Amino acid sequence: MKIGVFICHCGSNIAGTVDVAKVAEEVGKLPDVAYSTDTMYACSEPGQEGIIQAIKDHNLDGVVVASCTPRMHEPTFRRTVERAGLNRYMFEMANIREHVSWIGKDKESNTQKAVDLASIAVAKLTQDRPLIAKKFGVNKRVMVIGGGVAGIQAALDCADGGLEVVLVEKTATIGGKMAKLDKTFPTVDCSSCILGPKMVDVAQHPNITLYANAEVDSVKGYVGNFEVAVKKKATYVDWTACTGCGLCTEKCPSKKATDYFNEKIATTTAISIAFPQAIPKKASIDPEYCIKITKDKCGVCEKLCPTKAIRYDMQDETVIEPVGAIIAATGYDLFDYTRYGEYGGGRYPDVITSLQYERILSASGPMAGHIKRPSDGKEPKNVVFVQCVGSRDKSVDRPYCSGFCCMYTAKQAIQTKDHLPDSQTYVFYMDIRAPGKMYDEFTRRAMEEYGARYIRGRVAMIYPKGDKYIVRGADTLAGTQVEVEADLVVLAVGAEAAKGASNLAEKLRISYDKYGFYMESHVKLRPVETNTAGVFLAGSCQGPKDIPSSVAQGSAAASKVLGLFSKDELESDPQVASVDIKRCVGCGKCIETCPFGAIEETDFRGEPKANVIETVCQGCGVCTSTCPQGAIQLQHFTDNQILAEVNALCQQPLVTSFE
Amino acid sequence: MSSSPTYAYYPGCSGQGTSLEYETSSRAVCEALGVVLHDIPDWSCCGSTPAHTVDHVLSAALSARNLAQAETLTGVEGIATPCPSCLTNLKTAGRRMLDPQFKERVNSLLDTPVKQPLPAKSVLQVLFEDVGPAALKERVVKPLAGLKVAPYYGCILNRPPEVMEFDDCENPIAMDRLLEALGAEVVPFPLKVECCGASFGMPRKDMVMRLSGKLLDVAEDNGAMAMATACPLCQMNLDLRQSQINATSGKQHNMPVFYYTQLIGLALGLDKRLLGLNKLCVNPKAALQAAEQATAGAA
Amino acid sequence: MHTINLTESFDGDFVRKIECESEQNVSLCYQCGNCTAGCPYTFAYDIPVSQVMRLLQAGQKRTLLSCKSLWLCATCESCTTRCPNNIDVARIMDVLRHEARRQGYGSERSVKVFWDTFLDSVKRHGRVFEMGLAVEYIARTGRFWTDLELGPAMLSKGKLAFKPHSIQGQAEVEKIFERFQQQKEQCA
Repeated sequence: MKIGVFICHCGSNIAGTVDVAKVAEEVGKLPDVAYSTDTMYACSEPGQEGIIQAIKDHNLDGVVVASCTPRMHEPTFRRTVERAGLNRYMFEMANIREHVSWIGKDKESNTQKAVDLASIAVAKLTQDRPLIAKKFGVNKRVMVIGGGVAGIQAALDCADGGLEVVLVEKTATIGGKMAKLDKTFPTVDCSSCILGPKMVDVAQHPNITLYANAEVDSVKGYVGNFEVAVKKKATYVDWTACTGCGLCTEKCPSKKATDYFNEKIATTTAISIAFPQAIPKKASIDPEYCIKITKDKCGVCEKLCPTKAIRYDMQDETVIEPVGAIIAATGYDLFDYTRYGEYGGGRYPDVITSLQYERILSASGPMAGHIKRPSDGKEPKNVVFVQCVGSRDKSVDRPYCSGFCCMYTAKQAIQTKDHLPDSQTYVFYMDIRAPGKMYDEFTRRAMEEYGARYIRGRVAMIYPKGDKYIVRGADTLAGTQVEVEADLVVLAVGAEAAKGASNLAEKLRISYDKYGFYMESHVKLRPVETNTAGVFLAGSCQGPKDIPSSVAQGSAAASKVLGLFSKDELESDPQVASVDIKRCVGCGKCIETCPFGAIEETDFRGEPKANVIETVCQGCGVCTSTCPQGAIQLQHFTDNQILAEVNALCQQPLVTSFE
Repeated sequence: MSSSPTYAYYPGCSGQGTSLEYETSSRAVCEALGVVLHDIPDWSCCGSTPAHTVDHVLSAALSARNLAQAETLTGVEGIATPCPSCLTNLKTAGRRMLDPQFKERVNSLLDTPVKQPLPAKSVLQVLFEDVGPAALKERVVKPLAGLKVAPYYGCILNRPPEVMEFDDCENPIAMDRLLEALGAEVVPFPLKVECCGASFGMPRKDMVMRLSGKLLDVAEDNGAMAMATACPLCQMNLDLRQSQINATSGKQHNMPVFYYTQLIGLALGLDKRLLGLNKLCVNPKAALQAAEQATAGAA
Repeated sequence: MHTINLTESFDGDFVRKIECESEQNVSLCYQCGNCTAGCPYTFAYDIPVSQVMRLLQAGQKRTLLSCKSLWLCATCESCTTRCPNNIDVARIMDVLRHEARRQGYGSERSVKVFWDTFLDSVKRHGRVFEMGLAVEYIARTGRFWTDLELGPAMLSKGKLAFKPHSIQGQAEVEKIFERFQQQKEQCA
């Protein structure tokens, strides 16, 4: 076999602590190596051309590049060798940057270890065989999970691009957090005025099927061919019949139901429509508060309903939706501020969250847009905002910045002055984070034009005094303790992963960080992809985001899906398990152990044998280490290939390496 | 063996003088409620705040002598003390001595080394956890109905939570629940854990005047007729120094400041001599009578 | 206000010593001011506790060891309990006091005398003798008016014992102090 080896300098990243010329020289002595050289940047255009030229000049059968992590550039070099006419799997990569040059300073040891790693790659390559990808069809339907602004944008872009879209929303209406906001920064434009039309577009788009009050139950399959089971939770109202006239909600006698849309600052009726612009505009019953369901009395709504839509005996229903791609846009939830005992832990009625304040400010909210204290309905004079409640706080396991609180607090301070010209606002902050377009100017306006008094320091405690609240904080710039007598305190609560986010991630087989936010495939270069092909991210499920970023990501995820679906067939990864029929004894152990259900039993001349469904196999290799016969092998990582690597390593004099 | 909770008891120095009534009432209440206390033989001072401001090994050693003395007792499940300052020192010493090096340094100062520090609890924690509000309620013979009382825990009974490991560090409720079990009306008191001025009474009276004065103001604003404390130093600052506070601030506080154990003793109908109500500087008679009349009027 | 030359006046050994003895990492402090906001004693401090932390980060040994705040901290644990970065601030204050003592500082004399007198009483009797402590403190400071007005109440309530409660193990307690002193001298 004729192998070419290229040892990359990576500028000084590798060459700084590895003698790359020496590595090329040493590896060049190996029996199968026909050509060995060092190269400044193997991934650059001249670097790749050099590889192609060497393949042609020396008639090479395969190539080893010793450079960086294969995560980034293995696909690059596979394309390079393919351009030179080789099979893309006749290529091996040795990581002498992350595994060598970046972690050790001893040049001699580093050089020896680089020789070892490159030699191992050469040994593996001698066992490599060309592999050919198979093609399979794509179901060009997409599911969007979550109907907040990111999910809405993704759904509309996909639908406008001609795709059939299934939008699944957990609550009874789409709109997400944005629908609860009164105004949006930095333009102070009306949230429902800009979101409302998009919500209506979703309802009216012929390509969109909307399941509200529904959740994803299970996900099977693979990119291009997923099967998602969606649980439609019982609403106790037949939505095909309901016209959203609202007669039932007017007459319902059970008026103490939890009003989740209004963030619990008000109560609602047991049968309700979340808000006037709800999409779908359909009534649903909260069974916990319905007198008919709990006590078998009442039944008023059933009698009144002009379309006879009430179904007290409705059950949850599951539908199966086949789709080719999935966009997760499940958003975020608010930090539970009651964990701050020093702020009253939820015991003080006029210490509220920023989202509750949005509902107070909103003209369609329970106070019809008049700022009043929840406790006594009085107009507040001094309104104190406390930032970073559940953000940048290790003591409550929330060390990250939620990103948007500085901005919405400035907006709320401005709105407070607009609503109540005689009011005075105070904002306790640690740092003002306003890096977006027109953002810093906006926070300055709150101070310069609206007289918000910004105080740099955290608040240590809030406690009632008479009908006011003492907010005791620090002004670190003045180097002193300060107290403000507040009528109303608004806590700028941070964002955390949506409840149940990790559960859904496991169904989707995507990764999430320790706080439950979904992991993108690459922090910088693959921001909406995940490590599971065909599953994309949009919005705050990936990390706290404001509206512009969420919308941008919604569109980005949609463009990724449209790009994916621009092909009629996809190529499967040939690095999958494969069964040697002659060796297989049909014991079935691999079938039991496969986490993806990718192996089935088949009959071969009257004997049971294992058979791998190549499109389902994820190439994890669990089956290969389970098989007692060694009959099932993972392509490109066969026992022979791994043993060749081990042999190469063990034949090295282990004096300086791997100490 | 009976199942009575049994503790090595550490009274603390102030119990021999300025907080005699806390000491006698704590013992009386424990006895009445079946908590067995065995005094740590020949106990010595824990060093209180002054010791830990000098050195942490010295401070731990002063507590550790008592930990070692407690090891001579058998059949005790831990140490109980009424005083939060003693408790903090006992707990901190035990915690730091988990580090073998620190333990060795502490033991090198002692005649008798500590083997395995016993866990320490406040008497309040013992009464709350081993007896509990429900059992206490059943034993009440003379309910304190009508007595509006502000529960004041002091700054270090529950803080820092990693060390004290009892109740909520911002809004503790153990004393609230016990007082409610006695029939008393517990008024909201937002400064439950705010410092009273601690031991600065002699060297910096002005600081105690301001901090304890604020506690009295807030208790009064919240409608309290009396305060209940669990700390000798807090009680002294609020009760003994109340006249000084009035003189400094020009206010007219007349707020009796009980040890919570005195109130339990009252409700259980225990021997008045053991409760030492006559030791309180602000006479509680008027408040107790007003409470009685309020309930009589209501009935 | 004078200009602090950070390159010259940063005392890295001092910062490391305080960090080591308090087992805290002062770099964790991001100056939110929560400790100052919660500290009941801020009104009496010459340097608020968050600035003590800042000056410690800046290695300003002299300013810190000579400040009054160190002696006015009651270790009420408000700062430690509420620090968003889980820094045991009260312990740092304690360790700064230790170092201030070692270096001969004591900027709030009455407090230092009170604490010293307290410990002397413990050393002498095994337990604190409250009456003796008061008398001794007054004698040492010359502040004969201290709490004079409380005397009658204390006496009439029988709250002050006239004799110390001496214990059998008094010598053991005294030896704790003596061994501590010996070890300190050996180290020095």
